[in-house]
Amino acid sequence: MKALEIKNISKSYGGLDVLINVYFTLEQGERRAIIGPNGAGKTSLFNIISGIIKPDSGEIYLLGQNVTRLSTYLRSRLGLARTFQRNTLFNNLSILDNVELALHSTKSDSNIKDILRNWGLWDKRKVIVKELSYGEQRQIEILLALVQSPKIIILDEPTAGMSPMETKTITEMIKSLSRDITVLIIEHDMDVVFNLADGISVLHNGQILCEGSPDEIKSNPLVKEVYLGTDH
Amino acid sequence: MISILNKLIPAETNLPWLAKVTMLLILVLLPFILSSYGLSLLTKVLIFGLFAMSLDILVGFTGLVSFNHASFFGVAAYTVGILVNRGFENFWLLLIPGIAIALLLAGLLGLLILRSSGAYFLMITLAFGQMLFALAWKWRSLTGGDDDGLPGIGRPEIGLPISMWNEQNFYFLVLILFIGSFLLIKKVIKSPFGKSIVGTRENELRMQSLGYNTWLIKYISYIIAAGFAALAGILYTYFNGFISPQELDWSMSGYILLMVIIGGAGTLVGPVVGAAVIIILQNLISTYTELWPLFMGLIFILCVLFARDGIVGSLLKLYQKKVGEMK
Ligand SMILES: Nc1ncnc2c1ncn2[C@@H]1O[C@H](COP(=O)(O)OP(=O)(O)OP(=O)(O)O)[C@@H](O)[C@H]1O
Ligand SMILES: [Mg+2]
Repeated sequence: MKALEIKNISKSYGGLDVLINVYFTLEQGERRAIIGPNGAGKTSLFNIISGIIKPDSGEIYLLGQNVTRLSTYLRSRLGLARTFQRNTLFNNLSILDNVELALHSTKSDSNIKDILRNWGLWDKRKVIVKELSYGEQRQIEILLALVQSPKIIILDEPTAGMSPMETKTITEMIKSLSRDITVLIIEHDMDVVFNLADGISVLHNGQILCEGSPDEIKSNPLVKEVYLGTDH
Repeated sequence: MISILNKLIPAETNLPWLAKVTMLLILVLLPFILSSYGLSLLTKVLIFGLFAMSLDILVGFTGLVSFNHASFFGVAAYTVGILVNRGFENFWLLLIPGIAIALLLAGLLGLLILRSSGAYFLMITLAFGQMLFALAWKWRSLTGGDDDGLPGIGRPEIGLPISMWNEQNFYFLVLILFIGSFLLIKKVIKSPFGKSIVGTRENELRMQSLGYNTWLIKYISYIIAAGFAALAGILYTYFNGFISPQELDWSMSGYILLMVIIGGAGTLVGPVVGAAVIIILQNLISTYTELWPLFMGLIFILCVLFARDGIVGSLLKLYQKKVGEMK
């Protein structure tokens, strides 16, 4: 059984084709990165995987189950967790309340204490999220997805806007995740990508341009042209 | 008295707790001091305080600005009023149809309106509210329509040898139900479900991504709020002895919404304070001038300008700031 199957997904807004026949699959435990220039359709694809927008055609399978017509919350209950490109937090609540909501639990049990200690957030647990620094908020964004104990986690540019130090911490955190968890990550930072990913899919103008191991992608002239070339 | 209080209240007691005990003492002692006019105002404050508190579940905690909350108040008031006039006496038994019909109505309306949000939600609730108002207005055989209304509703029969025609006794019945409801609503708010309605208010998208069925959360919250509005409506029926379609009108919903906003949405105590401020000011001002609605608008504008979080919300913020500075 595959962790995630994206079968011929297409989506357009008005006349604009945002995704065209996108097809790829993820093995369980695989760590895949999606790269591609701005506006390539990466976030749109994530929104379709998590059920926030509906595709025009194509199907999504999660752990063998067709979820194309399933609501977001039911996909989450099947073991899918996500983070957003723009922080999507409970801004007026404390860190503790945020984590409790993610855990579906109001008992301030040792579990929560351990988690917050691990993330160095225990002393700040009562602080309202909107009063935290951007980097800290970005951490909470990822923390909320991780504490769900997901089977599959999809991360939309998790390190965007973080300092080099914070980026390193988060990358290590993702790297140290159990190998049972399937990871799909959108990332612009190539160091992070090459550090984390077993495989890379390149999305360009709504289409999968190519797929391969980090080394293959690095040396692919087509990729250099559309993406790496412009950035590096 | 003071020495008893000192014994009851340890040194480390926090202010909110002290405020609650004082409030309770005042509510218990006031009926023995007030004139009968004052007592009737206080009873009205409690009934509308309960009504406003129930709306706060939606506006303050769930983040749904509903404009037909009077529907549930009015429908329950009519149900009980009609049954009393047809000879049904037992207050406790009458609570059942009164509340049940509001719950059913909320269950039905909730299916129709909760797909929309923001300004659309406000407008669609307004539309359904006015439909029910029109129904009460036109269905004269049942409601007495606009000119007659439903008069002559007696005081409740509570199954004890205590007369509810005595204003003090009736006040204490209202007070007990008010406090019971307050504690129950508070319990709901503090429960995991209560956290989930606040989460839905704060960020529905994230809640769904965390596996919450936010539609169901809002639906249940809408029904719970209707239930408490119904209880307030039933008490009002007995208090006023008369019901008219006005009780279901949008102006009634707006009146209650004002109490919530002026007192402080999302604080539970705030709407009660809002009810007290509005009802007392209304009675003071309307003895001097017909321009009461103008003053109500003025109070609202002042609140929006200078006390965004309402009276209680602003005080709480000040208090938390003080506590923060002391640390
Ligand atoms: N709701 C929408 N309505 C119209 N166009 C949209 C909508 N959402 C996205 N688009 C368009 O779809 C295209 C793909 O957007 P998307 O956010 O998926 O790109 P992305 O690959 O995530 O880009 P970035 O790297 O900047 O995050 C863009 O041209 C965008 O303007
Ligand atoms: Mg994006």
